[in-house]
Amino acid sequence: MSARSDSTSEHSPNHAANATDTVGSVGSVGIVTPQTFHFAEPLTLECNRTLPSFDLIFETYGTLNSDKSNAILICHALSGSHHAAGFHSDDDKKAGWWDNMIGPNKAIDTNQFFVVCVNNIGSCFGSTGPTTINPDTVNSSQKSTNKNNENSEPQVYGPDFPLVTIKDWVKTQAMLSDRLGIEVWHAIVGGSMGGMQALQWSVDYPERLKRCVVIASTPKLSAQNIAFNEVARQSILSDPDFKDGRYLQAGTYPRRGLILARMVGHITYLTDDAMKAKFGRDLKSGKFMYGYDVEFQVESYLRYQGERFSENFDANTYLLMTKALDYFDPTRDYPLAVTLESASVKAESAEKELSALKVAFAHTQCQYLVVSFTTDWRFAPERSQEIVDALMATGKPVSYINVDAPHGHDSFLFDIPRYMGAVKGFLTAPFIANSMIAKGARS
Amino acid sequence: MRMDHQLAERWIAPHSHVLDLGCGNGELLAHLQQNLGVTGYGLEIDEDKINEAITKGLSIVEQDLNDGLSRFADDSFDTVVMARALQAVKAPDVLLLDMLRVAREAVITFPNFAHWQNRLHLGLKGLMPVSEALPYEWYNTPNIHLCTFKDFEQLCAQHDIHIINRFAVSDSEKGHNPLMTALIRQAPNLLADVAIYRVSKQKRD
Repeated sequence: MSARSDSTSEHSPNHAANATDTVGSVGSVGIVTPQTFHFAEPLTLECNRTLPSFDLIFETYGTLNSDKSNAILICHALSGSHHAAGFHSDDDKKAGWWDNMIGPNKAIDTNQFFVVCVNNIGSCFGSTGPTTINPDTVNSSQKSTNKNNENSEPQVYGPDFPLVTIKDWVKTQAMLSDRLGIEVWHAIVGGSMGGMQALQWSVDYPERLKRCVVIASTPKLSAQNIAFNEVARQSILSDPDFKDGRYLQAGTYPRRGLILARMVGHITYLTDDAMKAKFGRDLKSGKFMYGYDVEFQVESYLRYQGERFSENFDANTYLLMTKALDYFDPTRDYPLAVTLESASVKAESAEKELSALKVAFAHTQCQYLVVSFTTDWRFAPERSQEIVDALMATGKPVSYINVDAPHGHDSFLFDIPRYMGAVKGFLTAPFIANSMIAKGARS
Repeated sequence: MRMDHQLAERWIAPHSHVLDLGCGNGELLAHLQQNLGVTGYGLEIDEDKINEAITKGLSIVEQDLNDGLSRFADDSFDTVVMARALQAVKAPDVLLLDMLRVAREAVITFPNFAHWQNRLHLGLKGLMPVSEALPYEWYNTPNIHLCTFKDFEQLCAQHDIHIINRFAVSDSEKGHNPLMTALIRQAPNLLADVAIYRVSKQKRD
C-alpha cells in the first residue's frame, strides 16, 4: 500500500508532472503516499462490541493552513478507499477514485484546501477490518483469556469482525480529526454511502463542520435497496467456498459469490438507457450460440466487472458494508417527539419520515449542498429531496441540484460540469453566518 | 438592482423568512440577506443561475414552479416573492393561492400586457408585442399567461385576496423622470410596463 514519494524515475509519465502546475490549470495531485495512524484506545461500537485498538489509513492532498480552517474530509462509498486522488507510483495507471473532483483547480481545489480521505474500519484497504489480524489470536501465551485458540498462529478477524455502522465510521473519523488537530472541517463531502457519512457527521458533531455535501445519497435505505443488498449477501453466503467466512484460513475464496454480488450491485448503479447505449443487444460472436456461455456484450461486461472486483475486494468486507448501508438511519438517536405528531392522528408514513428527519436535523449548524442525478434509481432524486425538505422545514441553509446525467447512480463519479461547478461554488462561497439556524423551524 | 426588486425590498421586513420563487441568480435574495438580515430559500430551474446563486452562499433549491409548493408547510414564511414568473407558470391562479398558503404575504411582479406599447404593437402593427419587459417572439416566449393590472386585480377579487399595495413601474429609461412617474401613477394599466403587487389572504387590521 505504501508508495514512493519521489517522482524522479525516468519513465515518469505525466502523474507527477502536473502536481506543481501553476495556478489556473487543472491538474493532478501527483504521487501520494498513504499514512496510517494507530489508535491504541478501545473503540466501543454501536453493536456494543469493542475493538481493542484499530488503525486508520488515509491520504491527504494540499496543505493545511496555519489556523487549520481549510480542511475538507472526503467520505468514501461501498467499494471505495482512502485513495481518492493522484497516483501511488510513477507507473500507477489508475488515478484515485475521485481524481476528477479533487486536484489543483478542480472542484475540490487542492491549491486552496487540505483534503483528507480515510479508509473506514471494516474495509479491506488498510484500515482495521476482516482481513486484519485479530489481536485475540496473537501471542496466546500472553493472552490468558484466549482459550479457543490452541495453536498460536495469528488469525485474521474474518467473520469475527464486528458489524460497523455509518455512525461508528463517523466516530473514528472524528478521532482522526482530533489526531490531525482539525477542530472544524471547512466541509465534509461524500457520494452515495459517503454522503450518508457526511450527513451523519452534521447530526453527530454539528459544531465540527461548516459545510456538508451530500451527493447521490438517501436519508435511509428503502425496502428495495435492502432487497438488492440481501441478494448480494446471499450470493456470497451461499458460495461453498465462503466457509462461514473463514475462507482465508481454509485456503479458498468465495470468488463466484463475490462476482455475483457485484454483478447485481453493478446493475443498480447503471440505467436501462446507459446499458442500451453501451451494449444494446450486441452479441459477442455475432450469432446465437444456444448455450450459457457469455453471448451478449452486457453479460461479458458484467462478468468482467465482477471478476475484476472479486480480485481486489474481500467478501467479509462486502457483507459488512452492505449491512452498514441497511442500518443507516440518522434519526435513530432522535425518537420522534409525540408533540411533533401534531394534530394529524394518522400521519402518513412519508410525513412521519419527514418529522423524524426534522428532529434529527434540528440542531445541525452547517450549510448543506444536496446533489442528486435524474437517472439514479438506486438512490433516486426523491430520496435526496426528502433530506432537502426536512432541512428546509427546520429552516436550515440548504441548496439542492438535480443534475441531468445519463449514468444512473454512477453519475456522481463522472466529470459533469454543472455538478462540479456547484460543488466548487458551494465550497468557495462565503459562509452565511448562523442567522438562518438561529431562526429555527416555523412550522 | 432592478426597479421591481428595489420596490419589493420595501415590503419585506428585516429578519423575516422569505421564499423567492424564480430567484434567478439570487440578486434579490443576496441583497435582502446582506442588508436586511433576511433568511430564506430561492427556487429556480435555470442550471447556470442556480450555480451562480450557490456561489454567492445562498440557499437555492432546484424546483419547477409548476410542481407547486406542496413541499412547504402552511405559513412557513413571512413573505413569498415572485418576480416576473407568474406569467410563465401553467396555473398562475393555483400558484398564487399556494403562495398565500405558505406565507402571510406575497410580493408579485409581472409585465403588464396592457402597456401602451404592447397595445400599439398589436393594435396598429397587428403583431404580438415585443418590448423590454417582453423580449421574446410569440413562438419562443416562456410567457404563456400574460395579464394586465386589471386582470390580476380581478383574479384577486375572485379569490378574496387582499391587495395591500400596488406599484407601477417602467423598465425603460423614459419612465424614470418625475413627470412620467406621476403619469404612470395615474394610468398604470396604460403606462406602466411592470406591475408590482403586495397581497395577503385577507384584509388585516
